[in-house]
Amino acid sequence: MYHYQPFDTQFVRNRVAIFSDQIARRIDGSLTEEEFRPLRLMNGLYLQLHAYMLRVAIPYGTLNGRQMRQLARIAETYDKGYGHFTTRQNIQFNWPKLTDVGAILSDLADVEMHAIQTSGNCVRNVTADHFAGAALDEIADPRPIAELLRQWSTDHPEFQFLPRKFKIAVTGSPNDRAVTKAHDIGLRMVQNALGTPGFEVSVGGGLGRTPMIGQVVRDFLPTQDLLPYVEAVLSVYNRLGRRDNKYKARIKITLHETGAAELTRMIEARFIQIRPQFSGQDQQVLAAITKAFAPPLYKTADLSTYQATYQADGLFRSWVDTNVSAHKQTGYAIASISLKAQGQTPGDATAAQMRVIAEMAEQFGHDELRISHEQNVILPHVHQSDLYALHQNLSAAGLATANLGLISDIIACPGMDYCALATARSIPVAQNIALRFDALKLEHDIGPLKLKISGCINACGHHHVGHIGILGLDRAGVENYQITLGGDATETAAIGDRAGPGFSYDEIVPAIERLIMAYLALRIERSESFLKCYQRLGAAPFKEALYPKDRENHAA
Amino acid sequence: MSHFTPKVLTGNDLLLGDVIYLTETDSWSRDLLLAQLITDPDQAARKLAYAETQTHKIVGPYLADMQAAPQGPMPMHFREGFRTRGPSNYRHGKQEGLL
Repeated sequence: MYHYQPFDTQFVRNRVAIFSDQIARRIDGSLTEEEFRPLRLMNGLYLQLHAYMLRVAIPYGTLNGRQMRQLARIAETYDKGYGHFTTRQNIQFNWPKLTDVGAILSDLADVEMHAIQTSGNCVRNVTADHFAGAALDEIADPRPIAELLRQWSTDHPEFQFLPRKFKIAVTGSPNDRAVTKAHDIGLRMVQNALGTPGFEVSVGGGLGRTPMIGQVVRDFLPTQDLLPYVEAVLSVYNRLGRRDNKYKARIKITLHETGAAELTRMIEARFIQIRPQFSGQDQQVLAAITKAFAPPLYKTADLSTYQATYQADGLFRSWVDTNVSAHKQTGYAIASISLKAQGQTPGDATAAQMRVIAEMAEQFGHDELRISHEQNVILPHVHQSDLYALHQNLSAAGLATANLGLISDIIACPGMDYCALATARSIPVAQNIALRFDALKLEHDIGPLKLKISGCINACGHHHVGHIGILGLDRAGVENYQITLGGDATETAAIGDRAGPGFSYDEIVPAIERLIMAYLALRIERSESFLKCYQRLGAAPFKEALYPKDRENHAA
Repeated sequence: MSHFTPKVLTGNDLLLGDVIYLTETDSWSRDLLLAQLITDPDQAARKLAYAETQTHKIVGPYLADMQAAPQGPMPMHFREGFRTRGPSNYRHGKQEGLL
């Protein structure tokens, strides 16, 4: 993985010193809250419902064991002993004191981490496929591009005051695990007729109050043109994006109001204008970064014990079948650690669990970890001969839940339990749904299902692209939950359709249960997933299940 | 005069971030039951103006609707209810240590 160069180290240390001074000046009264707020936000510090919240970037979701241990230490020293991994491949600490934030940022800098540009109207943490560098279907590791974009966008003088926040996601695989189509810029690696890798560029994707799937503005962008092209997109957006209305300020609205053809023309014109300024230094930087992402030194080992334990141990077999994915290297596997034990808070890990994860990465995973936008942790490089020992260790730490991609593997934003913007709770809804289907012992029978919950219209929980999406709203002072159906977060991205009137907090779990029971009765065969079944039949039979005729006054 | 919904003056503590309330003596309390229930609009405006000067103590002061109860002010909206307790997934925040 990439390690900080002296420039990075100095930059991050300087920022810690500057922000620590700004905190001191806020406390001594030299800065008003109005002056301090934008400063704290550009350093990842929010004020939430009950406390401050510090959002720490995990660039493109990549961590090593040392960094994970430091997150554990921070959680214990300055917080309440846990951290929350988010849909943006960040980690959030929910209870820091203002007076501790400088020390936390200094501790993060010790392990090459920071909270810069995790908020504010700037280019946010660049996200990537969480299987990057390991996936069997990958053309190439997308993380060098993500790191190049991180370096370029960090403190970029032209793009610190954009009309609104700006999110870039990149994947190196045809199977899109990074939800690139729901980002301001989505970069999907493709090959041209000669087999040369480049990028399909989508612009204007985003969820929130106006969900939109990104539109392709370039079918094939050569890698050497990537930085000037992305700069051209940002440059056009910076000039054109609306600053009069924050709800219309994202590039998706710019694209909608300008038209895809005209926006594409403007981007191309700007690209031609600025391309000559890129003399090739960016490619030298990229080449150096790429070396840092060289694959690990893969080992070879006998697989007979793995095969025997797979046959003999049902729990292990279930975990392998559900949580382990194909690796590009023969004999290796990608192991996903679920942070969705039924009844637990999606995405939360205790400090003790973080230490176990760090140890597992060091012992069995070439010291590499990934955080997924689905709020799980991944060991991208595990030899199959080590899977059994890994599983044993994870089991002992409560980290071996075999539910990846199943109904209890729910994305949920913090919702009104923490977030100042939320209109309803998300976490207990996720907990109750997971517990209910665990009690019914149905989740493996139900099969692949993406259930995503947001506690407000801003859609941090990606509900629009869930096969089943739940949106928590405040209806006349009462929590109310709307269901969307048929969303898709992959390369065939789609926004779900609203099913109908919302459900109360007490009604939402039974409603989901009726929906799933209807699916089980309607599917042709076990291999027909919920999404496929919905696509075949349309909404009608699912709406019937949600709103049975004999049920009185379900509407909110 | 139109009906005035009683209010408390609340916001977050500058250093801790915890929810705080203005009391009758213009001091700050973490406990809603000790908050002053404001019953007329002029008083509400005065208290808000005062709170806005207390920038060394409070962040984001605002007036929250409440109803009078024997034990003290009671939230009218579930958001304010959460603010008196803490999150529902862990016993953290104000409810920490309470049984």
